Amino acid sequence: MDLSFILVQLLSGLTMATLLFLVASGLTLIFGVGNVFNFAHGSFYMLGAYLAYQAATVWHTDFWTATVAAALGAGVLGMLAESLFLRRIYGRAEEAGFQILLTYSFILVIDDMVKIIWGTEYKSLLRPAGLRGSVQILGETTPTYNLAIIGIGLAVVVVAWLVLTRTRAGKVARASALDREMLSAMGVNVPLTMTLVFGIATALGGFAGALAAPLRSVTPGAGIEVIIDSLIVVVIGGMGNFWGAWLGALILGEVTAFAVILVPEWAVVVSYVVMVLTLIFKPEGLFSHSPLRKV
Amino acid sequence: MESIKRYKEAAFWAVLFMAFAMVPLLRASSYEIMLASHILVWGLFAVSFNMLWGGTGMLSFGQALYYGLGAYAVGMTFKYWGDAWFLPSIVLGIVCSVVLSILIGLLIIRVSGVFFTVMTLAFGQLAWQITFRWYGVTGGDDGIQGVIPPGILGDRIFYYYFTLVVVALSILVLKRISGSPMGLTLRCVRQNPDRVRFLGQSVKRNQLTIYMISSAFTALAGGLMAGVDNSIHPNMLYWTTSGEVILMSVLGGIGQFFGPFIGAGVLIVLEDMVGARTEYWPLIVGTIMMVMVLLFPKGLVGEVRKLVDRFRSRAPARG
Repeated sequence: MDLSFILVQLLSGLTMATLLFLVASGLTLIFGVGNVFNFAHGSFYMLGAYLAYQAATVWHTDFWTATVAAALGAGVLGMLAESLFLRRIYGRAEEAGFQILLTYSFILVIDDMVKIIWGTEYKSLLRPAGLRGSVQILGETTPTYNLAIIGIGLAVVVVAWLVLTRTRAGKVARASALDREMLSAMGVNVPLTMTLVFGIATALGGFAGALAAPLRSVTPGAGIEVIIDSLIVVVIGGMGNFWGAWLGALILGEVTAFAVILVPEWAVVVSYVVMVLTLIFKPEGLFSHSPLRKV
Repeated sequence: MESIKRYKEAAFWAVLFMAFAMVPLLRASSYEIMLASHILVWGLFAVSFNMLWGGTGMLSFGQALYYGLGAYAVGMTFKYWGDAWFLPSIVLGIVCSVVLSILIGLLIIRVSGVFFTVMTLAFGQLAWQITFRWYGVTGGDDGIQGVIPPGILGDRIFYYYFTLVVVALSILVLKRISGSPMGLTLRCVRQNPDRVRFLGQSVKRNQLTIYMISSAFTALAGGLMAGVDNSIHPNMLYWTTSGEVILMSVLGGIGQFFGPFIGAGVLIVLEDMVGARTEYWPLIVGTIMMVMVLLFPKGLVGEVRKLVDRFRSRAPARG
């Protein structure tokens, strides 16, 4: 293994890490801000991929319009899911358990809906014009599109994070994680805040799905693969922790990129091994400072 | 009052047992006997799963791991050593499950709530991946076919009665455990863990014990299933298997000891009637789950009880 080969693998791992981070940051946003565990987050990723396919291939929009449409679509569907269903179980006894069950039922329903609408055969999406080539790095080629994902993905997540931490709206959203009653007494529409946060998070997931569509084939099972990967990411990083999700995605992306080369048959298993190792030595995740584990 | 309640419950179980015992006598086809066996085995799986969730609030999404372990213990000894190992291998599956559940349990009882669920899911999927990919040992996605129990157990009706007796005895044991001081402690853990700690009980040790017991009986259910279906496949370990047993518990009622057994019966009969005719069975399952969680969180048994109570409180008080 020479240096340029390692570099190309690193970049490929970074591309995967960026996509994973987009998904995992949405998952961790809903959890950290809304205290909601959205098992179906991967299904919004899948919906994003299908919506982008629908826009670009069936309606012939250009790739970037399709991507934005996919993010918006996934965001709206997420807001509907939150305001029609999830909102009804807030504050119930065993809320955490019911959230898991309800969002698990979303997975089953969304998966079959996708099959009904788009069929079971694999769909694919062309890379955007202008990003179909590749660049030479130390004599090895790497697709331009992969490099673009790394840049765009990071920019989107950083902007979303700046909105949450630097603006008033973001502060309100984060306050709702701490004390909803006080916030409501101060005149903030808490239910609306929750719905919006949910929408932003599922839009991030849908955006990732659209970006990933040209790289991986679009299938009904895609949501399940992604949710399990992003759960591993948040377990490694510490759930509800933004930078933890970033570190977790980076570790998982790179480990998988090299595992695919070294142990192709067992690459999928390696990611679980990383998680188990983290669990043994730091059960609260690498980035968590406080034992914030009781839900 | 307490003793009357106990007699009523014993009578309920006796009637249920007799009803299952009658099935082969009613000129049931071998398909119907298989369906009844499925209800029994899934019923045991669901009741032992609900010991964990309904009893202590530990929602595991990875119990399919132990179900598959029990089944593969039977299937693999059958494949490599022959059918004489059928009964010992059911015990072997339980022993392996106890050991594995202690190892995994020590890791995962350190966290609670959603994190517990995520970690059980991850271990379950890890086991599924290994089973699915390790062709040389587990047979990969072909599974293992033609697992026929030896001697008289190979007879379909005899195996049905064998399953009935094993499941009935297991549920009796689980009922005793649920009513024991440990069961009581665990119900208290769910409501107020701090108070249990102040009273000098180790929350974690109790949780580990119940996780182990639940997993052991789940492995027993898996072992029995290998003989019912005569084949095993990696999907027994897939997370939707865990999801199915969760739905059975929700359907029957998580707060009830025997609710999940009823839930298993309802879901299996429904799957037989509807699931075989549509390719969108998951959509139906998802919708049922959604409706139960949103509208009937106490499950069928719980809602019926609520109705009965309401009816009684209107009737003039007796005695």
